[in-house]
Amino acid sequence: MSIDQQVNKVRIDPLSGVPTTGHEWDGIEELNTPLPRWWVWTFAATVVWSIAYCIVYPAWPLLHGATEGLLGWHSRTAVVQDIAALQETRAPILEKIKNAPIDTIEKNPELLLAARTVGRVAFLNNCAACHGAGAQGAKGYPNLNDDDWLWGGKLSDIRTTIEHGVRWDADKDTRSGTMPAFGRDGLLTPQQVSEVADWVRTMADLPDALAPEPAGEKLYNDNCAVCHGADGKGNQSVGAPNLFDAIWLYGSDKGAIVNRIMQGGGGVMPAWKGRLDDTTIKALTVYAHSLGGGQ
Amino acid sequence: MSTSELAPDSGDYEPLVAPAHKVYPKKVDGEFRRIKWGIQLFTLAIYYLLPFVRWHRGPNEPTQAVLLDLPHRRFYFFFIEIWPQEVYYITGLLIIAALTLFLMNAVAGRIWCGYMCPQTVWTDLFLMTERWIEGDARDRIRKDAGPWTWRKIREKLTKHFIWLLIAWWTGGAWVLYFADAPTLVHSLATFAPGSGEAYIWIGILTFTTYVFAGVMREGVCLHMCPWPRIQAALTDEYALNVTYRYDRGEPRQSLKQAAALRAKGLPAGDCVDCGQCVAVCPTGVDIRMGASLGCIQCGLCIDACDAIMEKIDRPPRLIGYDTEMNIKRRACGQPAVYKPIRVRTVFYAVLIIGIGGFMIFTLATRGNLHLNVLHDRNPLTVRLSDGDVRNAYTIRLSNMKPETRRFALEVTGAAGAQVEVVGAPRDAEGRIVIDVGADQTREARVLLTARGAPADKTPAPVEFTAREIGSGESVTARDAFLWP
Ligand code: SF4
Ligand code: SF4
Repeated sequence: MSIDQQVNKVRIDPLSGVPTTGHEWDGIEELNTPLPRWWVWTFAATVVWSIAYCIVYPAWPLLHGATEGLLGWHSRTAVVQDIAALQETRAPILEKIKNAPIDTIEKNPELLLAARTVGRVAFLNNCAACHGAGAQGAKGYPNLNDDDWLWGGKLSDIRTTIEHGVRWDADKDTRSGTMPAFGRDGLLTPQQVSEVADWVRTMADLPDALAPEPAGEKLYNDNCAVCHGADGKGNQSVGAPNLFDAIWLYGSDKGAIVNRIMQGGGGVMPAWKGRLDDTTIKALTVYAHSLGGGQ
Repeated sequence: MSTSELAPDSGDYEPLVAPAHKVYPKKVDGEFRRIKWGIQLFTLAIYYLLPFVRWHRGPNEPTQAVLLDLPHRRFYFFFIEIWPQEVYYITGLLIIAALTLFLMNAVAGRIWCGYMCPQTVWTDLFLMTERWIEGDARDRIRKDAGPWTWRKIREKLTKHFIWLLIAWWTGGAWVLYFADAPTLVHSLATFAPGSGEAYIWIGILTFTTYVFAGVMREGVCLHMCPWPRIQAALTDEYALNVTYRYDRGEPRQSLKQAAALRAKGLPAGDCVDCGQCVAVCPTGVDIRMGASLGCIQCGLCIDACDAIMEKIDRPPRLIGYDTEMNIKRRACGQPAVYKPIRVRTVFYAVLIIGIGGFMIFTLATRGNLHLNVLHDRNPLTVRLSDGDVRNAYTIRLSNMKPETRRFALEVTGAAGAQVEVVGAPRDAEGRIVIDVGADQTREARVLLTARGAPADKTPAPVEFTAREIGSGESVTARDAFLWP
């Protein structure tokens, strides 16, 4: 049916006085009520809005990129501005952290709270991947909540470790000191490795330690004591752990200890100086120190 | 008799939606109009001036009596200060507000709508302005129907300008509740940087005030507001409502006809069908058609009708506050009864008093000191190099007093574990001293270290107590010490 025919058929509904659309179902007709005026205006306004939007904001995709928009708005610029605004609000307290000597921060509640907050966030972003979200550590990655420190637990020690990393060759001041691979490099025979391991386990008072061979002690004194000390207390300047305490980075069963003596080496931690600014490193240091094990 | 029987026969076709028609409420004077003026002045004065009322709380505390301090998350109401975790007081307040609305309704209908609702108060204010500039209803109808003249344009422009001014002032007063009013007024007036957000809110509220009070008016009550629907479901036959006493008014007739009938000793209705009640109605309702959703019960038709009754020398209150029950009783010749004390009014009143009393009691007795303890989750326990076991906790000590306070932290339980607080060394007497600033919360990290691990690894209960040095006031929180 053509439009003309339809127009000819327009019927006015006698009750409401409104024209019908001409559609009819079982005697029920459809009124052609005009749209409410507010609706039409709102619709027109949205059309105008969308056109204006296309003009002032980036909208149309082109072969390379998109139209720029009159406002020059850019999502990346917006992020940069937001970050700048954030930094501005944080600036005063960060400035205070920056200027305070590191060992005074924990004594000042305001600075401690701020440093721990900044430090925790930095920790979650950068350190948690290895040390865990609560700094609880994992096999091979030290738990920072305890009081056992490979490279020292004083604020200055922790800061140096964070700044220069551990066995991080790209940094010339990095913490270095590598355990030889006694077994792999043939410095000790597997039998000797086993004896040393038994000796260490006895000295550490592990519950299931076997009665040690006297050879074990001699082997220990000849090969290990130079770093780990005759008393087994370790040496923080070379990152040699205390062997006779209750904390075992790689596990305390004999297999784990044998494996360590066979393979030698040690964990690696990146140097953060340059990647994180000094204030953040300071805050991180305070955070790690305040977890509980700081000295 | 139901009200629909009173409605004049409107033919066999009744439109689903009343065709929009513009309401031109006429000026009226009388008892209820004066009450309305009074309430209007009172409520508007509160709204516009309250932010400037000062209240002294102590040094470094805001001096504004009513302040919603969103950046610092504090709500101040005269001597009451609410912290975010106490937001249930606001819930209680809202419950009381709803119950008060129900109680008012059970006693005398839509008092809220007629006299106190912001929609009514501001619409009244806008109507007053309109009347002042464009004249009373008759003039406005004539002018609106007539051609555009310079005078009409000038009047319309003036009216909308003043409306916008009122709306702008309304929006302006709103933002003053969220910051120190005098300071904010100053920075707004001097376009100080950083007040952009305030301008945006003022803009939004200017717009809504202008649209609701100037353009939509009764449309808000008729089409947007939920209260008329709820109210209709809550009312009963003993509630006073603005009512046309058709038993007295009908049949309507002219004064002459009525006088003739009365001379013959026959009954005659008092309503002279002058239409004044409709003319003054701000929502365009004909109250003589019975109770309706459109009637906000402002009582202005009572004033209009009373004025007519006085002129024709008949008793007043042909339209008045009346109950459905009394209409029925009078129709059967029984005396009117009033029962303001009914199950529902008592029920609402008891609830209001109960909840209000409980809130006042808890407010008056609530501590101004709180302690929360959070056990470290990750790791739950730490083994130290000598085999000792450590648990770490974060405590939060909230001091709601406007002065700095000094507390000693005591920890009991956990088999004599050693206590240490990061950054809080012990004083000469061996106490762990924690200072908490005025109206502040302080967070501290507490380390408990227990010698070795017992054979029985059940968690040991630990009690943290912060005791104020001097007053001895204390607060306690519980947690547990876990073993690896
Ligand atoms: S109907 Fe709603 S908006 Fe209108 S006066 Fe009553 S409460 Fe206010
Ligand atoms: S009918 Fe009377 S009481 Fe109801 S809104 Fe109109 S003037 Fe007010």
